[in-house]
Amino acid sequence: MNKLILGRYIPGDSILHRMDPRAKLLASFYYIGIIFLARTWQAYALLLVFTLVLIGISKIKLDFFIKGVKPLLWLILFTVLLQIFFTRGGHVYWQWGFLSLTQYGLINGAYIFMRFVLIIFMSTLLTLTTPPLSLADAIESILKPLKVVHFPVYEVALMLSIALRFVPTLMDETTKIMDAQRARGVDFGEGNLFQQMKAIVPILIPLFVSSFNRADDLATAMEARGYQGGEGRSKYRILKWRTKDTVAFILMGLLTIALIFLR
Amino acid sequence: MCTDTIINRHLFQGKYGLLNMDEQKIIQVEQLKYEYPQSDGHLALNNLSVSINAGEWVAIIGHNGSGKSTFAKSLNGLLDLQSGSVMIDDLPLALDTVWSIRKKIGMVFQNPDNQFVGATVEDDVAFGLENQGVPRPEMIERVQEAVKRVGMLDYLKREPSRLSGGQKQRVALAGIIAQQPEILILDEATSMLDPKGREEVLATIHKLKQETNMTVLSITHDIDEAASADRIIILDNGQVYDQGTPADIFAYGQRLLDLGLDVPYPEKLKAALNKLQIEMPTDYLTTERMVDYLWTLHSKM
Ligand SMILES: Nc1ncnc2c1ncn2[C@@H]1O[C@H](COP(=O)(O)OP(=O)(O)OP(=O)(O)O)[C@@H](O)[C@H]1O
Ligand SMILES: [Mg+2]
Repeated sequence: MNKLILGRYIPGDSILHRMDPRAKLLASFYYIGIIFLARTWQAYALLLVFTLVLIGISKIKLDFFIKGVKPLLWLILFTVLLQIFFTRGGHVYWQWGFLSLTQYGLINGAYIFMRFVLIIFMSTLLTLTTPPLSLADAIESILKPLKVVHFPVYEVALMLSIALRFVPTLMDETTKIMDAQRARGVDFGEGNLFQQMKAIVPILIPLFVSSFNRADDLATAMEARGYQGGEGRSKYRILKWRTKDTVAFILMGLLTIALIFLR
Repeated sequence: MCTDTIINRHLFQGKYGLLNMDEQKIIQVEQLKYEYPQSDGHLALNNLSVSINAGEWVAIIGHNGSGKSTFAKSLNGLLDLQSGSVMIDDLPLALDTVWSIRKKIGMVFQNPDNQFVGATVEDDVAFGLENQGVPRPEMIERVQEAVKRVGMLDYLKREPSRLSGGQKQRVALAGIIAQQPEILILDEATSMLDPKGREEVLATIHKLKQETNMTVLSITHDIDEAASADRIIILDNGQVYDQGTPADIFAYGQRLLDLGLDVPYPEKLKAALNKLQIEMPTDYLTTERMVDYLWTLHSKM
């Protein structure tokens, strides 16, 4: 469980690690958007090379990215097969009832597959090179304009950062509760689905109760330290937009132009 | 045995302070009453009045549920008091003064995990300063300085999940040092720590007290910790049951036990020796003084 949520960020010192998280977040979203511009194999080849170069710059092993694809493998396969067998046009290689294997079907299938891989690689790259807390900071900064419509940007960001900070604490607690239950003879992961669900209840209830107590304590501690909402607060952690962040966006612009030419 | 003398002495001294009017009272509470919602009329604070001098180290003891935490929380407006008045550093606690008063009081609570707000050590220490809107350059300086004071400079970027309980409490202290309050309130701040962690935290507090001459209000079940205070206040049923120097208070012996309180080891030893008809001094002896007393006066060589 620990690996799933926290093992994501891999500390490093590459230029990607040092980029402003806002720039990374926005650029990644933008990149995922322009993937849908690609219509030719040349365009996909360009995107693949671009992505692989970025991965190279990050100095993170390709394994991590391939591992990122694995949990979605069935979804990808299903979508790709759907494309292959239901797209018509071009040379027909094989036909059986409403199923057919056509030239366009194969090409579309390959494109869809590429899209999935590119999107997963890019979002993995974002989470592997950015600590969750920086992402929370980036989200706060990006959402700032929403203050105009009285969206509680600061509070949401604080909530996010406290949630992140308490993930390991609650994990520890879950482990402790499970051990306590095991000591009393509960078997987790045994029996049918219903029995397994029933075994979860005695974990969830104490976890809930203690979370509420923690929240209560934390709120008291925060108030004692003078917390009175986001107004009038100064910030200790600040984000710095540097030249390399602007460069990233220029690159994205150039990539967009190239993709439009390769349509 | 000596109840009368203690009460007499209190009358004579006028419950602290009348004799030395020049000492500034930094905390002054009168007739505090507080009842938790849904507690069927049970008063957690029942007409509690007490005053504490600037620079004093006061230990508050009392059995579970005697109102210690409630008292602490009433001082900086974390509770809505039913009646009574709180005066902190000549500022009466009210809606418009509560934020200035919270600046004057730093509190460390029992559970190290549940008061760690920031994602890393430095973020947590900065939290209180951020709340006050301290400009960033000054904030960085004060955070560094405070973290250094508690000896955690090597851990600036650490997340709380990779710190021990004692280290977390020291970070909590750093957060308070950074805020530079006049009063430090410890609500069983060391009770969840192992002996080593407890020692580290107590040493940090003692050092701090020496350097800044803060007023320290320490709520504790650790009787040895209470023994090092200038004054001990015993709370019982939301009231001040008695107060006095550690020596006075620990001389109560059996009465403390009746109140559900522990007695320091030398006191227990003294009571046991008394039973064996061995004459012992009536005032409080620390472990060392007890050892000295025993080997100088009673060893037969
Ligand atoms: N949140 C609450 N709701 C209702 N009653 C409460 C609440 N907190 C405390 N009390 C009651 O108020 C009284 C005083 O509690 P308080 O927490 O101040 O005691 P304490 O001296 O700090 O005890 P401990 O040594 O266990 O920390 C107790 O009778 C307790 O049951
Ligand atoms: Mg308490």
